[in-house]
Amino acid sequence: MQGMYETLLAALGAERVVPFSVGFAALVVVFALFAAIMGAVVALIMVLAERKISADIQERIGPNRVGPMGFFQTVADAVKLLTKENVLPRKADSILHYCAPTLVFTGGLLPVAAIAWSNGIVVADLNIGVLYVVGTASLGVIGRLMAGWASNNKWSLLGGMRAAGQMISYEIPNSIAILSVIVLAGTLNLQELSEAQKGGIHQWFVFRSPFAFVACLICLVSSLAEVNRTPFDLPEAESELVSGYHTEYSGIRWAIFMMSEYIGMVVVNAVAVALFFGGWNGGLPGEPLLGGWIWYLLKIAALMYCQVWVRFVLPRLRIDQLMSLCWKNLVPLGFLALLGASVQALLGPTGQHVMMVAAWLTFGGFVTLLFAAVLKTRHVPAQDGIPR
Amino acid sequence: MYLHFGAVLVFLLFSVAFVAIIYGISALFRPANPSAEKLTTYECGEIPFGGSWIQFNLRYYLIALVFLIFEVEVVFLYPWAVVLRTIGAFAFWEMIVFLAILLVGFAYVWRKGDLSWFTPSGSGHTDATFSGK
Amino acid sequence: MNAYDLAFYLIAAMALVGAAITVLSRRLVYAAFNLLLAFLGVAGLYALLAADFLAIAQVIVYVGGILVLLLFGVMLTHRIYDTTLKSVRVQPLLGGLVAAGVAVLLIRVAWNTPWNTTPELAREPTTAKIGEAFMKHYVFPFEFVSLILLVALIGAALIGRSRAPKSGNGR
Repeated sequence: MQGMYETLLAALGAERVVPFSVGFAALVVVFALFAAIMGAVVALIMVLAERKISADIQERIGPNRVGPMGFFQTVADAVKLLTKENVLPRKADSILHYCAPTLVFTGGLLPVAAIAWSNGIVVADLNIGVLYVVGTASLGVIGRLMAGWASNNKWSLLGGMRAAGQMISYEIPNSIAILSVIVLAGTLNLQELSEAQKGGIHQWFVFRSPFAFVACLICLVSSLAEVNRTPFDLPEAESELVSGYHTEYSGIRWAIFMMSEYIGMVVVNAVAVALFFGGWNGGLPGEPLLGGWIWYLLKIAALMYCQVWVRFVLPRLRIDQLMSLCWKNLVPLGFLALLGASVQALLGPTGQHVMMVAAWLTFGGFVTLLFAAVLKTRHVPAQDGIPR
Repeated sequence: MYLHFGAVLVFLLFSVAFVAIIYGISALFRPANPSAEKLTTYECGEIPFGGSWIQFNLRYYLIALVFLIFEVEVVFLYPWAVVLRTIGAFAFWEMIVFLAILLVGFAYVWRKGDLSWFTPSGSGHTDATFSGK
Repeated sequence: MNAYDLAFYLIAAMALVGAAITVLSRRLVYAAFNLLLAFLGVAGLYALLAADFLAIAQVIVYVGGILVLLLFGVMLTHRIYDTTLKSVRVQPLLGGLVAAGVAVLLIRVAWNTPWNTTPELAREPTTAKIGEAFMKHYVFPFEFVSLILLVALIGAALIGRSRAPKSGNGR
């Protein structure tokens, strides 16, 4: 792990040509370029996936004209965005208008560096990995405020303020939820967090402690708010704010915002997977089949599906509901989970087994409640005579 | 350790450059036909009135203040969380005291309604009022 | 010049440029946004001094907290788009003398301090060490921080509430 760069550079025979630092910087640039291109690809796939999943949920077909299954629809969208005119309103502040997408994009891409994609595959193996991911998110907050202000537009400013207010508020429950796992694992390094969950699905923190399970739910809810997605998409609430802080953005600058949003989704889910769902471990004991990164990507994809699912099922919250959910529900609940987790961290092996059973019971209870709720909502009799 | 912070620095410089390059590529292809109408601030097709100044709900400021305190507290919790298992029960009780003191503050702001969202006009759930010139 | 020095000059330049624009800019919002560069630069310097936890804590607290608070403050100010800073020179002679005195003092301190120049010793993760220091050697100051935060929270709530129009004690 320490030697990833040394090994790679030696394999390339680079040390005979350039000093280590140059070779290292070049390698990191390659990784960063790869991450950025993958970000664009993920954005393309996710735009299509969102339209297809929403169509599925709403019993429509979705895009199906351009290419097989409408796949090239998003490619066409990308070309359109690249060749679209860039409109800079007369009253806007041109410098800040230029800088804001850069800042949001930087805030999205930086955390990618610390994520451990597989055993030993991590660009920046920081000891404070989780903290770093939380910290870099604040660049996005500033970027959104900047976009809102630079546009000199009522909707933009309002959207930027909302985005910032909501992102900072939900950072608290998110951090507390993260802490509940940190006390159990005793490390902030994303690589070591994955390693701590080796040895099968029962070693995943979400199934090892009922408190981590609660923390997991808090983390998933607040990560939705962190990336400004429904039901927390007040910053770009189209029915009231047109499209929030990027109302005055068009073409490629808007595309950068869009891309950052999807990279942000990948990042929050990657962190959630590393903390709660075993990281790059497969579900079975022993080394993960086919390489850890496949498992990691699969888990991230599953969580992203859930985020899209939630978007088309739940209505948007109101600003006062949003704030009271955060400060009056999630924060106290998070502190309780942290308290429980820190008690569990001090227990012996027997206590850990008891907690594991409790975690599975909690999980079972949660799933039962969920199904009960689903069954209850399913049989709504049609009242308007339209067959369903 | 420097190696990995170096990677972060390279990532930072890269993403600034990347956006600039993408803008550059886009500039080669895209048209530029600005007109007075097009460059007007968007306001749902209406002629914009007043400036963009909005009287924001002061709650935003209050929430940011409360957030800042909790953020500092959470930053203090991180080193504690890392060493809790190696130090043991003493660390646990120390943190209980730490949190209990802060809980007083949390209970205070909750009780006094600083966590609730309200507006001067009393409508309860808006976040800004507009004022034309 | 090796990579470490290059990184240092880059980061130091970023911090200085950010700070200079913050001080010299006549537009309030530009001053606030350029604080971002200064804060990130300081975080970078911490990272160069092998203080990994402190670097990220700097970003989280200053960029994520204090800067957002400042920007909220600026944006809540009346007529933000017209606001330019007007610096009025009062007592230029006296002010210049004080500034020069402070500068001389700072330079002397910087010059005479025996700086620790053995970075090799410190290149290991600091988070656990900080945690142990909190739990073993600095128990009382650590608890005292909590008290300070409590006072700050109550004070902030009090001041913020008195500024809000017609809020009373809020419900």
